[in-house]
Amino acid sequence: MGILEVKDVNKRFGGLQALGKVNLSVAENTCHAIIGPNGAGKSTLLNCLVGKLIPDTGSVMFDGQSVLGRTPFEINQMGISRVFQTPEIFGDLTVMENMLIPCFAKRDGSFALHGIRSVMSEAELRDQAEHMLDEVNMLDKRNMHSASMSRGDKRRLEMAMCLVQNPKLLLLDEPTAGMARADTNNTIDLLKEIKEKRNITIAIIEHDMHVVFSLAERITVLAQGTPLVEDTPENIKGHPKVKEAYLGEAA
Amino acid sequence: MFGLDKKDASLLLIVAVLVAFAPFLLNPFPEGSAMAQFNAGYPDLMQRFVIFGIFAIGFNILFGLTGYLSFGHAAFLGVGSYAAVWMFKLLSMNVLPAIILAVITAGIFALIIGYVSLRRSGIYFSILTLAFAQMSFALAYSVLTPITGGETGLQLALDDPRIFGSSTTAEGNIPVPGFFGLEMRDSTELVLGNWVFTFNVGYYFAAIIMLAAFYLSIRIFRSPFGMMLRAIKSNQQRLNYTGLNPRPYTLAAFVISGMYAGLAGGLMASMDPLAGAERMFWTASGEVVLMTILGGVGTLIGPVLGAGLIKYMENIISKINADILHTWFAFLPDGLEDLVVTMIYPFIGKGWHLTLGIVFMLVVIFLPGGLVQGGQKLAGLFGRKKASQPKNATTEPAE
Repeated sequence: MGILEVKDVNKRFGGLQALGKVNLSVAENTCHAIIGPNGAGKSTLLNCLVGKLIPDTGSVMFDGQSVLGRTPFEINQMGISRVFQTPEIFGDLTVMENMLIPCFAKRDGSFALHGIRSVMSEAELRDQAEHMLDEVNMLDKRNMHSASMSRGDKRRLEMAMCLVQNPKLLLLDEPTAGMARADTNNTIDLLKEIKEKRNITIAIIEHDMHVVFSLAERITVLAQGTPLVEDTPENIKGHPKVKEAYLGEAA
Repeated sequence: MFGLDKKDASLLLIVAVLVAFAPFLLNPFPEGSAMAQFNAGYPDLMQRFVIFGIFAIGFNILFGLTGYLSFGHAAFLGVGSYAAVWMFKLLSMNVLPAIILAVITAGIFALIIGYVSLRRSGIYFSILTLAFAQMSFALAYSVLTPITGGETGLQLALDDPRIFGSSTTAEGNIPVPGFFGLEMRDSTELVLGNWVFTFNVGYYFAAIIMLAAFYLSIRIFRSPFGMMLRAIKSNQQRLNYTGLNPRPYTLAAFVISGMYAGLAGGLMASMDPLAGAERMFWTASGEVVLMTILGGVGTLIGPVLGAGLIKYMENIISKINADILHTWFAFLPDGLEDLVVTMIYPFIGKGWHLTLGIVFMLVVIFLPGGLVQGGQKLAGLFGRKKASQPKNATTEPAE
């Protein structure tokens, strides 16, 4: 039994069957990659996991509880953090404030009215945030306006914001999309480090095979809304069905 | 100091000093001089400065922090006024229960209107609040006449019960609002040479409440709650996926700013115990938006400055008439004098809105950060030497 269990999920947009009978099991403390050509339904599947979309049929269980019908913030409170394809951070706020918000969310839940005491007085949460920033080598940038940072830094900040909550499952939506090679390698190193340091389950959606094969322990190949195969990276590499899905029948 | 950091504490202190000495500062010209009409140090106008300051401070908590532009905040001001006048009619002429009820009633109204309006964001939210405010105005103006006094407004009468006070004074007049014996309209005058300075009880009462409201708004700006509100303005998607529910945060901000508006409305009624539906009209809602933008959205002191500037222009520029212009330009040759007066005439008196419009355009185009940004630019000009030194490493969040 994995920490995330997707069973018979179907999702239809008008005439398009975006997901058809998707079954997926992500085991605890592994890195599971979901790959597939464009339009395979990777993003639709991810959106079903985080509450942005509700599947037409099927079930999504996380840690023994159904996530269906829950809002994104409720699902986050259950222990799923999501990194977006383009970094989503609080651009008007400083890096430190960006880090503090997930800390507050983790400690106080989805709503708390602390209108009088100062943010500065929250020593414990500030420590926690600074510690995490240190881990991703961004402590020197803590007072920077986050919108003015490079894309790579924004990505690292977003990951730090997710990790500071100690999620049980980290969802990564093409974390290296549009990145330069050097930045991609940095991200891979960062993710490897994270995986070694903490017991965390990672589900990653990715286009870049270099990233997938450096990180994943399990790979699911999605094509036209259905899982084609699920196996270890070594077996996926040479799998005829995968080649077919990616390169067409002629190959 | 007071749980504020040094910068905020000094800001609060400066505002407190300015407010305390406002009767002097606003009356710089001697009585009877040609410039005396630019004096703003009379009780009625000073009261308006601080009351609309409170209104704008509260509006800024919603608009400045969350970015939700409410176009119906005057409704809460009106509701507060009505509630306060009813307290004067039924309970006593003490302003304390009147103001408390005004704040509570406005808060309940804000809860209902906010709950519905906050289902949408952006322009739809603005339109919803505008619709609610206009509905409130229409109700107050016609259907609810027994409660609101309709067209004539709600006024005190000699036969009001006032169960904890007296219906009439010994002289047979309607009693005036007061704070445990201190009558709001009482004033002391200080004559220094040609200068006359007026110290009004109502002004100082409202000013102390304004300082308390300002202090509270600084605390909110610097609190985790304030940070969440700025996060809502910045990126709601991220907030959602960070495990936070934006809805109760925006609703809380909406209710708090509605209560500020109710407080302002209650104070208005305390200074002059009557309330009319026109206080809820959409132009009144638009005015507080202008005040906030003019002063500086999302800044601490901006809304107060904006409120002051607009109220000053409304009261001072609108009082200038053609005769006054003629006396000013009497030194010019006759033909030229008439020409200059004709050119300036549209911008004074009833045309003060035109002047306000021009000032507003200039500020929005050249100082998008409002008067506060103007002040910062000036400070930068004079303190260039200081600025060339390495900047302090701590970047302050939006003031």
